[in-house]
Amino acid sequence: MQASDRFNINSQLEHLQAKYVGTGHADLTRFEWAVNIQRDSYASYIGHYPMLAYFAIAENESIGRERYNFMQKMLLPCGLPPERDED
Amino acid sequence: MDGVDAEIARTQEERRKMEEALAAGAPMAVSSVTFDTDLYGGGGADPNRFAGYDTSIPASEDDAAEEDTEAANPAPRRLAAYTGHAIAAADIPRSADDDGLPKRSQRIIDREDDYRRRRLNQIISPERHDPFAAGEATPDPSPVATTKRRNRWDQSQDSDAGAGAKKAKTSSDWDAPDATPGIGRWDATPGRVGDATPSVRRNRWDETPTPGRMADADATPAAGGVTPGATPSGAWDATPKLPGGVTPTPGKKQRSRWDETPASMGSATPGGLGAATPAGYTPGPTPFGAENLATPTPSQIARGPMTPEQYQLMRWERDIEERNRPLTDEELDAMFPQEGYKILEPPASYQPIRTPARKLLATPTPLGTPLYAIPEENRGQHFDVPKELGGGLPLMKPEDYQYFGTLLNEEEEEELSPEEQKERKIMKLLLKVKNGTPPQRKTALRQLTDKAREFGAGPLFNKILPLLMQPTLEDQERHLLVKVIDRVLYKLDEMVRPFVHKILVVIEPLLIDEDYYARVEGREIISNLSKAAGLATMIAAMRPDIDNIDEYVRNTTARAFSVVASALGIPALLPFLKAVCQSKKSWQARHTGIKIVQQIAILMGCAVLPHLKSLVEIIEHGLSDENQKVRTITALSLAALAEAAAPYGIESFDIVLKPLWKGIRSHRGKVLAAFLKAIGFIIPLMDALYASYYTKEVMQVLIREFQSPDEEMKKIVLKVVKQCVSTEGVEADYIRNDILPDFFKHFWVRRMALDRRNYKQLVETTVEMANKVGVADIVGRVVEDLKDESEPYRRMVMETIEKVVANLGASDIDARLEELLIDGILYAFQEQTSDDANVMLNGFGAVVNALGQRVKPYLPQICGTIKWRLNNKSAKVRQQAADLISRIAIVMKQCQEEQLMGHLGVVLYEYLGEEYPEVLGSILGALKAIVNVIGMTKMTPPIKDLLPRLTPILKNRHEKVQENCIDLVGRIADRGAEFVPAREWMRICFELLEMLKAHKKGIRRATVNTFGYIAKAIGPQDVLATLLNNLKVQERQNRVCTTVAIAIVAETCSPFTVLPALMNEYRVPELNVQNGVLKSLSFLFEYIGEMGKDYIYAVTPLLEDALMDRDLVHRQTAASAVKHMALGVAGLGCEDALVHLLNYVWPNIFETSPHVINAVMEAIEGMRVALGAAVILNYCLQGLFHPARKVREVYWKIYNSLYIGAQDALVAAYPALEDDGDNIFSRPELAMFV
Repeated sequence: MQASDRFNINSQLEHLQAKYVGTGHADLTRFEWAVNIQRDSYASYIGHYPMLAYFAIAENESIGRERYNFMQKMLLPCGLPPERDED
Repeated sequence: MDGVDAEIARTQEERRKMEEALAAGAPMAVSSVTFDTDLYGGGGADPNRFAGYDTSIPASEDDAAEEDTEAANPAPRRLAAYTGHAIAAADIPRSADDDGLPKRSQRIIDREDDYRRRRLNQIISPERHDPFAAGEATPDPSPVATTKRRNRWDQSQDSDAGAGAKKAKTSSDWDAPDATPGIGRWDATPGRVGDATPSVRRNRWDETPTPGRMADADATPAAGGVTPGATPSGAWDATPKLPGGVTPTPGKKQRSRWDETPASMGSATPGGLGAATPAGYTPGPTPFGAENLATPTPSQIARGPMTPEQYQLMRWERDIEERNRPLTDEELDAMFPQEGYKILEPPASYQPIRTPARKLLATPTPLGTPLYAIPEENRGQHFDVPKELGGGLPLMKPEDYQYFGTLLNEEEEEELSPEEQKERKIMKLLLKVKNGTPPQRKTALRQLTDKAREFGAGPLFNKILPLLMQPTLEDQERHLLVKVIDRVLYKLDEMVRPFVHKILVVIEPLLIDEDYYARVEGREIISNLSKAAGLATMIAAMRPDIDNIDEYVRNTTARAFSVVASALGIPALLPFLKAVCQSKKSWQARHTGIKIVQQIAILMGCAVLPHLKSLVEIIEHGLSDENQKVRTITALSLAALAEAAAPYGIESFDIVLKPLWKGIRSHRGKVLAAFLKAIGFIIPLMDALYASYYTKEVMQVLIREFQSPDEEMKKIVLKVVKQCVSTEGVEADYIRNDILPDFFKHFWVRRMALDRRNYKQLVETTVEMANKVGVADIVGRVVEDLKDESEPYRRMVMETIEKVVANLGASDIDARLEELLIDGILYAFQEQTSDDANVMLNGFGAVVNALGQRVKPYLPQICGTIKWRLNNKSAKVRQQAADLISRIAIVMKQCQEEQLMGHLGVVLYEYLGEEYPEVLGSILGALKAIVNVIGMTKMTPPIKDLLPRLTPILKNRHEKVQENCIDLVGRIADRGAEFVPAREWMRICFELLEMLKAHKKGIRRATVNTFGYIAKAIGPQDVLATLLNNLKVQERQNRVCTTVAIAIVAETCSPFTVLPALMNEYRVPELNVQNGVLKSLSFLFEYIGEMGKDYIYAVTPLLEDALMDRDLVHRQTAASAVKHMALGVAGLGCEDALVHLLNYVWPNIFETSPHVINAVMEAIEGMRVALGAAVILNYCLQGLFHPARKVREVYWKIYNSLYIGAQDALVAAYPALEDDGDNIFSRPELAMFV
């Protein structure tokens, strides 16, 4: 890589992407990715009212309750993170 | 060898005899001196004596002068030669030569006025809060004391010198640096003439080596021994003695006297001065001069920069010396045979002096004499030759030696103490930042930033800040150094505290720099500094300057404080400000405090609103201060606050209305002006009712002051009148009856037109009045002045009329005024002589356009004038006439004067032979305006005659001609192509290809569009053939424009007329052509958008091929074509083809070339839009957890852009992950079913 390329937009792209929550990188673990997926999913369910209504009917809960449940699940969607092996 | 010795002995004997004879008073003739005939040929009579010499010195150094030295050690030399300055030096003069003007100086000092130059008198103050400095005798930091001290210093020099006449020239503050004891060190650096006194004085100095010279620069501090402390046994006196041969100096006879200077006479050896001076006589513990600022010695206080003239001299001298430098040992070794010569020890009395200027230093110092030891000569030094800096350091400029000289010393890094090593490292990095090439700068800057904490604040700032005080600093260098400070500040954070004041001394002058960006930079630094150091430190650092007697210091301090306020918030500063503004100690403190408020208002604008009341309260009492300056600045601050707050916040000003009110009745002169300004800015904040009342009241004073001769008062009065008049609630009648008569009497005079600022202000105010009282009143008053004899005044009248009429139209103007107006405008237009014709043209255009159909009766007269002037001898007059036609063409059409326009068209047509390009451009513009207005069919001369006349003009290379011509041709091609035979259009096509080379983008764009029009008119085949042929040319810009033109032709004539030929062209086995075709396709699909769905299947095989090509550019261009195609056909059911293409694009994701990878990523983004995020996600999933990191990185990059682009859409497409022990990854919700 030439010196001039080091500072151009392409190399900054990853930096730019890293500003957004939910983006990944080469060292992302399966667990971390899954947590992102789960949270994105719940956020999406909550954001689309028809989806929420659909789930409410399916679970026989009120829509508000569904929304609350989903939000709660976003806290630790996949349980506690696994122990990292020290290496 | 014996023979040699014998010969030497004989020669020495001869010389000794001769010297004895000389001493005995024997007559001395040049011919009697024995030359070494081997070297110099046979005496004076030999006509070929100079045969081997160059008869002239080469103009450029790199031709000859450098070749000699290159032989010794070429590699580092070449390395060091690749510096920014060498490159810039090669570049800049060339561009300067082009326009034949001398190079404009880049240095800041050259554009500064005296006030700004006072920054150089500032002293980077000693550390005042550094506990480490506690043990030292801290000098009084106040500038008063320093000034005194310095004066004393100068006085002592004067009195000691006893030669008042000489001193008169040198003993200004500027020359104080010569008195720096540390300077001795710098003498070691060759080529630097730090103590250069202009060579004019050289002789006088040379002739009088009197003992009285002890007062001379170097001697003074030594004699004074002002600073206690021992000489550090620094690197500089550790220079090893190298046994070396004599530098032979035969033939340089004029030197002989000095070469023989007895050693006792003084430190004549360059480099020896510092080294040999006995410790007791080396003044001060800070031989490094500017470096050790932490320990302030008088030397620093006395150090001031040299004048730029001196530096110029140094530069010049260095240049000359480099050409005439003495031969080095290596060079001599190379020249002489190894045998037959012997290197002699130099006689004990021998003291080489190289620089005339340094002879000054060579003068004896009686005090030094008894203790003087023969300096050990450092043979490793190349005396006057700038030494190469190892390690790829950039070249130093002569003035840099003062700061970076130590880098030239040849000590081993290991021998230095860690502190010195650190210092060296910093200096190297700074030198790279200052003088290096961009890559050097970048890395050096980064290192400085990264290691900032490691270096520590002290060493860093002690190096950086003196550099910023360098008088020969250039804008670019200052920018870079300021950038270093900024970065370093960020890293050092609270570690900067001890240096706050020093940094401020250096940075504050930036706040009043005339360059906007310098001011912004200065603000940024101070803002960051205050965030890093905290309010308490900032206040502590700047408090002593608040009542400084020097207005310059107070001014810059006030500005710096306002920046602190904006950085840390006004509330934080309010208590302090309050205390300062009420200071009983000195009026200066109150003045500065109030000025800070003013600067805060100016800097922060409407952000002062929340604190407006408290700010006004803080300064309110200043209106009745006993000091006039305080009263003035208070009023000005109120004006600034009101201006910043407008249109809100009148209630905050309630408390000051009364004092202001009283003030304008009781004050006179400057104070009155300030008070008026304050009132003028407060009135617009008021309700209509009050505003009207106050305006009437203040107007009496204003009208009285109309006749004030004071320029400043005039400006303020104009400004206030403008403010008052524009305020709601001020009636038109009142203005008309009470203000206008006096206003016009006093302000509409010729003198006002002469000063640019008055001129502008007057026009603005008058326009504002016209907005209230209407056009007729104002124009009626000034219209007669259009015939005034002073041109600037006419111009001012014209500009006012233009603005008034453009604002308000001409419906108020009655028949009589209309006549006068047209008459006046015609007169003014015809009488103009100055270069700037725009005012008259715009005025004429504005009036004629505003009058519209009412101009009809005057049009014949106007056109007569134009016609007459088109025939004028002066090119400028012709140009103005043509320009005027283009301004009034539309109105002529409104007046149904088509016949007249046709006539003008014919006249212009006849003038197409014009030779002045500027005029020709205007004529073409006028023709274009007429064609636009009367249309193609009615145009005279007919289009079929006009266009062939334009074809040759297309060859003209002048930008204005090109632009107007291509516009006109394009217009004709667009609207009246059928009037011209196809063959003519083809001819034009060929001419247009040349125009694609134009520098101006507008011309290229017009050209490309014209291709489209022509293709539409005569069919795409021929045009296309021309364009496709043009793809073979070498020049890139030409090809790019051609591809755009092809795409435009395809767009205007439908793609199917172009695509077959275009795709056929891809078969030409030539890179440029194929890439051109691909690029055309890319543009084509970009332009046709949705229409692309009909062609996507046709071009897919071609793109397949291109995406598999070995050539990177093929794939890149094809990828961008795919992107445009995908974006165009999104949602139109072409997914099959797109997936197919995606399969070809995808393997390119591992490309590293920036352009290629960019195109590929964009193609994938396009595909995401067209195919949906889920499809791309599925492509992505293969690689997200690939074992190879390189692969993962690329895939995550794609995933991330996918995620950012379509996060929500991915939810449905994520893979179902298996649960892992306690961790539940499944998403059961999606499986729900009703």
